[in-house]
Amino acid sequence: MSTRPRIAVLLAILAIVLAACGSGGGSAAPSAAAPSAAAPSAGGASEAPASAAAGGEPVTVDWWHITTGDPGKSDFQAAADAYMAEHPNVTIKTTVLENEAFKTKLSTTAAADYPDLFQSWGGGIMAQQADAGLLKDITADIADWKDTINAGAMSIYQYQGKQYGVPWDMGMIGFWYNKKLFEQAGITAPPATWDEYLDAVGKLRAAGIDPLAIAGKDKWPSMHLWTYLVLRNGGGDALSQMIESGDWNTDACKKAGEDVLALNALDPYQAGYKNADYNAEAASVGNGKAAMELMGQWAPSVQADQSADKKGLGDDLGWFPFPTVEGGAGAATDGVGGGNGIAVGVNAPPEAIDFLKYFSGTEVGNKLNTDGVGLSTVAGTEATVTDPNLQAVLAGRGDATFMQLYLDQATSGALSQAFNDATIALFLGQSSPEEVCQALTDAAAAG
Amino acid sequence: MTAISRPSRSRPAVSTRWLTIGLFVLPALVLYAVFVILPVLQAMQYSLYKWNGLTPLTDFVGLQNYVTAFGNKAFQTSIGNNVLVVVLSLFIQIPFSLTLAVLLNRRFRGRAILRLLFFLPYVLSEAVTGIVFTLMLQPDSVLDTSLKTVGLEGLIQDWLGDSTLVMVTLFVIISWKYFGFHMIIMLAGLQGIPRELEEAALIDGADRRQSFRYVTLPLLGPTIRVSVFLSIIGALQLFDMVWVMTAGGPINASSTMAIAMFKAGFRSNQFGYGSALAVILFLCCLVVALLYQRFVLRRDTEGAITAYGG
Repeated sequence: MSTRPRIAVLLAILAIVLAACGSGGGSAAPSAAAPSAAAPSAGGASEAPASAAAGGEPVTVDWWHITTGDPGKSDFQAAADAYMAEHPNVTIKTTVLENEAFKTKLSTTAAADYPDLFQSWGGGIMAQQADAGLLKDITADIADWKDTINAGAMSIYQYQGKQYGVPWDMGMIGFWYNKKLFEQAGITAPPATWDEYLDAVGKLRAAGIDPLAIAGKDKWPSMHLWTYLVLRNGGGDALSQMIESGDWNTDACKKAGEDVLALNALDPYQAGYKNADYNAEAASVGNGKAAMELMGQWAPSVQADQSADKKGLGDDLGWFPFPTVEGGAGAATDGVGGGNGIAVGVNAPPEAIDFLKYFSGTEVGNKLNTDGVGLSTVAGTEATVTDPNLQAVLAGRGDATFMQLYLDQATSGALSQAFNDATIALFLGQSSPEEVCQALTDAAAAG
Repeated sequence: MTAISRPSRSRPAVSTRWLTIGLFVLPALVLYAVFVILPVLQAMQYSLYKWNGLTPLTDFVGLQNYVTAFGNKAFQTSIGNNVLVVVLSLFIQIPFSLTLAVLLNRRFRGRAILRLLFFLPYVLSEAVTGIVFTLMLQPDSVLDTSLKTVGLEGLIQDWLGDSTLVMVTLFVIISWKYFGFHMIIMLAGLQGIPRELEEAALIDGADRRQSFRYVTLPLLGPTIRVSVFLSIIGALQLFDMVWVMTAGGPINASSTMAIAMFKAGFRSNQFGYGSALAVILFLCCLVVALLYQRFVLRRDTEGAITAYGG
């Protein structure tokens, strides 16, 4: 008799366990049904702006971004709040994630649960997301306002002729240098050609100054230097062709490698560069130890942040575009750059795109510029960039005859990693130019 | 409810007992299956595909990912580094911990404080240890200035940037972090050995060295074998500290299997290839664990430890 209740208890436990499993399976069912529910709303896109204006059905827009620090975080929230105040039927649900957490979370999110708007860098990963059917083609939706955005920046969020996102920040990589140290070494003007550049490096080293800071552990800063050399030697079309075909056994690739070896020969890097991360690189420039780094528009703020006095170089900091290479096909105005944008998820309602239009207006653009959150891509916001160095970057971006997205972002898979791995071996003197070009060709073939 | 009903209940009691065990084990079993067995099987499946984690699994490539892995120089270096750490741990770290344990097992003033100090590094997380040592090993940082102050500037190296030296540097730091752990395990083992046995050996004319060699060491066998086992598995899975300190660099000089796997999966989104590396790492650990259980640990788990003690 006493065994019966015991069995009953055990069966009850079993039932709870099974119920727990059952509910796990159950929750999957509605989410699996979601795509079909989303389909009609996508189909109704044409009539939607009217319903939004009329303050129609309540709509929630899911927005994931990685602007975790202020003032950017508050600016983003303020933009969402301002839009919601004007559109009472729209709720913009922002999810703020740290960069790595964002990438992990996005890669484990099923299509049905994909956010409507989310952080994107364009390029290779965005192309993979588009191939997987996770993004919405917004080419037609933004046709009437796309010309207000910087065209070079917009092209980074295109894939196979379709627009999948809109950039709100776009910069360009160039040399940041310490004017005082240049003076000490007797360099009167920033170098305009690679020979002049090597000459300047030699003078700095002779004056007992570390000429150039790179980051052997993080690899990508020197990868950008190599990219620029390929671009200057071969030109934009040749570089695009290498990316397209996956054949890196080209003259431009080999010549770029030889140019790096010529630089290596001058012992140009800061102490401990082999295991330095980007913060250490920025610190050596910000503390006035190394004279230069090749970096994007964020360099001044990171230098200040990493420097001992938290101030960085201030007025001693200058910027010059990457020098031209004698006999190279590339122009001085060809650039390497990148930035931040917002991609549109496959299930996004029309209101999400309407908010994106608001976010890409001059009001938000000016705010992002004045707060130093980014370099706005919106036409007519240039005046709110007041820092002379950022103005120089902005001018470089405006004059750009060709803009190459950072190679590790423009590509995906094995190749994207190989750019960093193969080129750092060149800078550390453990690879020949030919080996680098071959490694990239192999990686491109592996996919 | 009384003695009368007892015999009649004895038969069902056996089956109820199994039912009870089964039902109590079930939740744990379900969790284990869902969060351990299933992911392992999934990784095995993914490893047969070329897959970027976003598209459906369609590009079946058979064992190609495994062929690529073993032909890849960086992965060969990674395996070599794992083996190096295993070997160095066994021949340097474990004997060092044993020596300390024996010394600290003696009675003297300050013994408890020393034990605490030696155990302290183990309390730190690997990431914290990695960051602290990275800072100390920067050029012109704590270590280099200390060497200069005592006139040994000739010894200064690019501790984490020199590709021939980086594994040695890392091994020293790993040892610094884990010797206290192994020391505590062995101290516990030593305290389980009755003093009378050593005293008896001394009375029988053995000197201290002999008594250690023929009495203490054999009796400490089971403890050492467990310590060695933990050390091997830890060395095979080595990731956190290396990732924080060098990210496997310079180039791939300090890469390990786990780092190669992480980079393939989460840095370049080659989830198929990354899964293949994960399966290789899993099989390495599994084979080592099974062989070790079968040939080394079995004599301990079979009981009668002292009978095998010679």
